[in-house]
Amino acid sequence: MLARKSAPQAPNPNFVQCKGCKKTLFLADFEANLWVCPNCGHHHRLTWQQRVEVTFDIGSFEQLDLDLYSGDPLEFPEYEEKYAQAQAKLDQKDSVVSGLGRIDNKLISTAIADFHFMGGSMGSVAGEKIARAMERGVEKNCPVVIFCASGGARMQEGLLSLMQMAKTTAAVDACRRNGIPYIAVFTDPTMAGVLASYASIADVIIAEPKALVGFAGARVSAQAGVSKIPGDFQTAEFVFRSGMLDRIVERSEMKSTLSQLCGLLGAHLKGIN
Amino acid sequence: MANSWKEWEKPVLDLEEGVAKLKDLASKETDESKRKALETRIKEFEQRITNFIEVRYSRLGPWEQVLLARAEPRPYTLDYINTIFTEFLELDGDRRFGQDHAIVAGPARFNETAVMVVGHQKGRNIQERGYRNFAMAKPEGYRKAIRMFEMAERFRMPVITFVDTPAADPGVESESRGISEAIAASMLKMFELTVPVISIVIGEGGSGGAIGIAIANRVYMQEHAVYSVIPPEGCAAILWRDPMKKAQAAAALQLTSDSALKLGLVEKVLHEPFGGAHRNPAEASDIVKEAIEKGLSELVPMTGEQLRVQRYERFRSLGHLLGE
Repeated sequence: MLARKSAPQAPNPNFVQCKGCKKTLFLADFEANLWVCPNCGHHHRLTWQQRVEVTFDIGSFEQLDLDLYSGDPLEFPEYEEKYAQAQAKLDQKDSVVSGLGRIDNKLISTAIADFHFMGGSMGSVAGEKIARAMERGVEKNCPVVIFCASGGARMQEGLLSLMQMAKTTAAVDACRRNGIPYIAVFTDPTMAGVLASYASIADVIIAEPKALVGFAGARVSAQAGVSKIPGDFQTAEFVFRSGMLDRIVERSEMKSTLSQLCGLLGAHLKGIN
Repeated sequence: MANSWKEWEKPVLDLEEGVAKLKDLASKETDESKRKALETRIKEFEQRITNFIEVRYSRLGPWEQVLLARAEPRPYTLDYINTIFTEFLELDGDRRFGQDHAIVAGPARFNETAVMVVGHQKGRNIQERGYRNFAMAKPEGYRKAIRMFEMAERFRMPVITFVDTPAADPGVESESRGISEAIAASMLKMFELTVPVISIVIGEGGSGGAIGIAIANRVYMQEHAVYSVIPPEGCAAILWRDPMKKAQAAAALQLTSDSALKLGLVEKVLHEPFGGAHRNPAEASDIVKEAIEKGLSELVPMTGEQLRVQRYERFRSLGHLLGE
């Protein structure tokens, strides 16, 4: 921290501070720039509603599976409270929202993880919605685009969460068997159990700039080896350089890139139009 | 609260050591009556050990189960391979980058049947542990496993995997070579298989590193093995910012074999010999072998497509869902 916090002020609703460069931004400019800082290019995390807004044709997104919730199968300490709080605060039942939408009028089956809901963690419901989004791609004969934003598996559902890694991977197999293109978009952050399952085996992987992408926490990785840690370790740029993803795409180009990809890889699909 | 298996089991280990010493003395004793007296004492001690084990093992808490699952003398993958299979021929290399000694793999014979065996391998002393990287596999290990799964598919061999890892390797190099992709690709490959697959969790089923080779038609778990989404230490650090609360975390995570069975995540819990698999590895092996026999007898009659679909549906249905 360079500067001490100044005396608390009532936040002016017309301004926000960039989480990257800390510059104060005019909210209208910030929103018009798709929540990317016009000064430093920092891509801020989006809510699922914002993601829908920047990705899909206006009014085309239809949320499905929206009543699913997981309960508290292990009666894990504090889970029920945290879950209820997140639900109340965010007006959604779990960390992932699934449905159908259109990009340049092409039908897309999608699932969007929202980091604001318990760190986007994957429990039974997130796993189920991702698997359903993939199976819906098969059913509707259209491409699948999944937006990842998650710290990993949700530990409050214990081994059931670990099994979601297997379940979502099984659904990827269903896409592959049926010639359904599956595109994963890594947004900040895409970590651990999510990265080590359906996210990493997409046909095409796209990341937003500087998104955190990694298997273990950076501290764990540092402890594990004597090797020098690159400055951009576990960023999209590092993962891109390692050959683990296809492209890094700015948010302003994301929609057109997805449109082009779905058009090309999904050219054989009857359901896309 | 004990921090290691050795610490927890120390009272029993001390008694066992005492018995070994007495036995040594008795074998050297020439005086008949003195020897008799020694043997009586040995019997007493052995009875005490039995009682002690009975009491301690009948009220194992989740944290003690974790310690037991990690116990150094526990039979490891190669111990089971050597006792259950014949003709095991270890094969190596991922044909991409390098070797990985944290996973052992190769064809072997199970009774009459040629099978493919893949498993995490731990080490018992410092050198071995280093060589095996504490059974934390790197991308190369999972890619070697994928090679073996592909061969099993081509040559119609059932696959048997042994799961025993604290986690996949979290190092910088593993990260840069795609540890996440390797784990996911290994799971995906296992979903594609049209041959029988049986996985047995024999020690630590450590999160992604474990499930990376545990996509099976039947998943079994030894009585004192654990299977978890996160190590209790890590869970405690995240949840309570205190790694010392690992016992509470172990309880909360429900990582024991009977919990996994109750949640419907494993088909069967394999009973262990009195006082744990390490006290009678031969008997433990027999029990594991019997389970594989039984599993294969159920799976071999199925068609390839039935096997693939059963495996898909088995995992597809896992989760706790409400609201629909």
